[in-house]
Amino acid sequence: MLRRLLEHEQILAGLLLLPTVLILSLFIAYPFAKGIWLSLSSATVGNPGVFIGAKNFVKVWNDSIFQKAAQNTVIYTAIATVFKLGLGMILALLLNHHFRGKRLVRASVLLPFIIPTVLSTFAWKWMFDPTFSVINWTLYYFGIITQRIPWLSDSNLALGSVIIVNVWRGMPFFAITLLAGLQTVNPELHEAASMDGANGWQRFWRITWPLLLPVTMVVVLFSVIQTFADFQLVYVLTGGGPANSTHLFATYAYQIGVAAGLLGEGAAISLAMFPILFVIVILQLWYIRRVEGA
Amino acid sequence: MKRPDGEGMGMVRMGVGRRTFLKAAGVAAGAAATSGLAGILEAGRAPAFAQGTKLHVLRWTDFIPEADAELKRQAPLASKALGAEVTIEFINVNDLQARTTSAIESKFGADIIQLLWNWPHLYASALVDVSDVAEPIGKAQGGYYDVFNTTSKVGGKWLAVPHGVIGNTVAYRRSWHAEIGVTEFPKTWDAWREVGKKLKAKGRPIGQALGHSFGDPPTFCYPLLWSFGGAETDPSGKKVVINSKGTIESLKFFQAFWKDACDEGGLAWDDTNNNRAFHAGEISATLNGASIYIVAKRQQDKIKDDKGQPLYLDIEHGAPLPGGPAGRFALYVPFQHGVMNYGKNQTLAKEFLKWLHQKENYEKWFEAEGAYSVGSTKMWEEHPMWSKVDKPLRVYQAAARQARMYGHAGPATANATQVYTKYVIVDMYAKAAQGQKPEDVAKWAEGELKKIYE
Repeated sequence: MLRRLLEHEQILAGLLLLPTVLILSLFIAYPFAKGIWLSLSSATVGNPGVFIGAKNFVKVWNDSIFQKAAQNTVIYTAIATVFKLGLGMILALLLNHHFRGKRLVRASVLLPFIIPTVLSTFAWKWMFDPTFSVINWTLYYFGIITQRIPWLSDSNLALGSVIIVNVWRGMPFFAITLLAGLQTVNPELHEAASMDGANGWQRFWRITWPLLLPVTMVVVLFSVIQTFADFQLVYVLTGGGPANSTHLFATYAYQIGVAAGLLGEGAAISLAMFPILFVIVILQLWYIRRVEGA
Repeated sequence: MKRPDGEGMGMVRMGVGRRTFLKAAGVAAGAAATSGLAGILEAGRAPAFAQGTKLHVLRWTDFIPEADAELKRQAPLASKALGAEVTIEFINVNDLQARTTSAIESKFGADIIQLLWNWPHLYASALVDVSDVAEPIGKAQGGYYDVFNTTSKVGGKWLAVPHGVIGNTVAYRRSWHAEIGVTEFPKTWDAWREVGKKLKAKGRPIGQALGHSFGDPPTFCYPLLWSFGGAETDPSGKKVVINSKGTIESLKFFQAFWKDACDEGGLAWDDTNNNRAFHAGEISATLNGASIYIVAKRQQDKIKDDKGQPLYLDIEHGAPLPGGPAGRFALYVPFQHGVMNYGKNQTLAKEFLKWLHQKENYEKWFEAEGAYSVGSTKMWEEHPMWSKVDKPLRVYQAAARQARMYGHAGPATANATQVYTKYVIVDMYAKAAQGQKPEDVAKWAEGELKKIYE
């Protein structure tokens, strides 16, 4: 009886999918639905609250700190992604060459990605320390600077500093994934182009880049989602300061939802990310399909 | 030595011996705990908690490790006395709220949670009324400091049992100040600015944290605001009055103070940066709890001054922050224990708190704190420990008497917590330090506060 049932393709498919569906429902669908409910309610810690419509969204929309956090998140994601892609690509191209100790270098490139973010960010916090920064000390020692660089104290530099750390941490992911993509590019194409007189840049732009585009788009997609929702890095480095100059959606949502106990408002800040991410994801997926279909 | 609020210290009896103190304390303890541990001990048997009953207490990791070590030592003793297994968990202070929130929302977690500031207001719906524990302790031990009436009491009920207060005063380098002719800590902001100006010119600035961090930045900014007559709201707590002449004057002062006297890196400092900078001889003065002195003394072999002498010998703790035209004020960190209403062992939790506040138990923790945290009741000002602690730390003895809570001049409600957690007041001064116009900054703060209070 059971065997007959399992031989039925649809039933078997359903059974095989069931664990995934359950896990997704439990850990993604339920929290998401709960988040939506919270954002539409007056819930605070310990009080379930009542339905208040879009009041939380209106409130955060008019909140100057939220506006600053939204602006920071967009700048943070855009600049970090461009640098991660650019530097990741260069690294991948370099690692695609043959040299001694290649495997060791490839493995060590992944280190920033492997080390727990909180741990590595603490190391960066020390490096950017307003008083004891090793970067400042080195620059000062070699006579490059005469005054400390306020890495985390100056509003603009602070956002720049957290972007640097994000690029450092995220670049290996780009490099390794693009490297995997590079290795699928047929070397004969490059050889043929060389024989036709194409230089290095032309070979990259006409052969490597188009063939690598689908992989690149997928990596960028993942990275944008992760960077947009980043939390740990800013939380550890600056806590959103000075004067909110490094707050992102996630850190501000945490501050409001957890520290101030306003769960409804915190959820609304969190969910404000959703439409923006949704549009980005749709656009990218559409582009990937177009590229793959071409 | 002067009392921080200006009164003489004569009122505090320094000559009480340990034995006399304990004797008096024992009487008070008996009165406090007739329905609690004393009754149990009198009956000669452990309370009737089911075998294997557990009690989970969640606390921060103290800045004074010896204090946590003492609590760890006491846990098995409490277990034995109460006939239940008491576990005390210590976590980073910045994670305390996340754990509290998740415990309340999931209705699962620690039975007792340490609550800082006015958090009982924030978590009121999840806390058990502990008036039956708090009131007898307060009565028997000389009464709680006023600040706890604001923080632990919600709607006339005690929703948490006050445990201690962490005072913040200015730690400064005695010799560096003496070099510029300063032998007594400045009493006014203007005078401190002049002192700081001279010190900064010598590469020894004042260090003040202004980042998003829980302790030092707010405990500096709120008293500064109050001392110039600024306030968040009127006494009703419903009308925002931040955009006032007093606030703008304080911002103007601070802008100049920051430029003339402070280490400008402080905009990114958290609660630990100033400790490190002070110990490394980078700054001449900073607002801090007693931890700078205590750590410098306990690690005297490592932390030395520029002459190779133990640094702690050159540390003086001034009175609280200087005063302005409206007076001299302080914001200290009060903390208390809340019994969570989702807990299955609420009676046990209350019994544990009674046990914890028994003089002979509390005293050991209090001594381990070594003036970093003072008691929650005034009786502890008379403890013989004060005659033993180093002179620079005695400033904390009665400091808690003058503690105010944020939200002033209104009540310290959950709205006041929101202002605090959004760092509106801290950021107001941070923006001024960054050079923004005081009038614009006050207007910005007014907008933020109106969204919260009105």
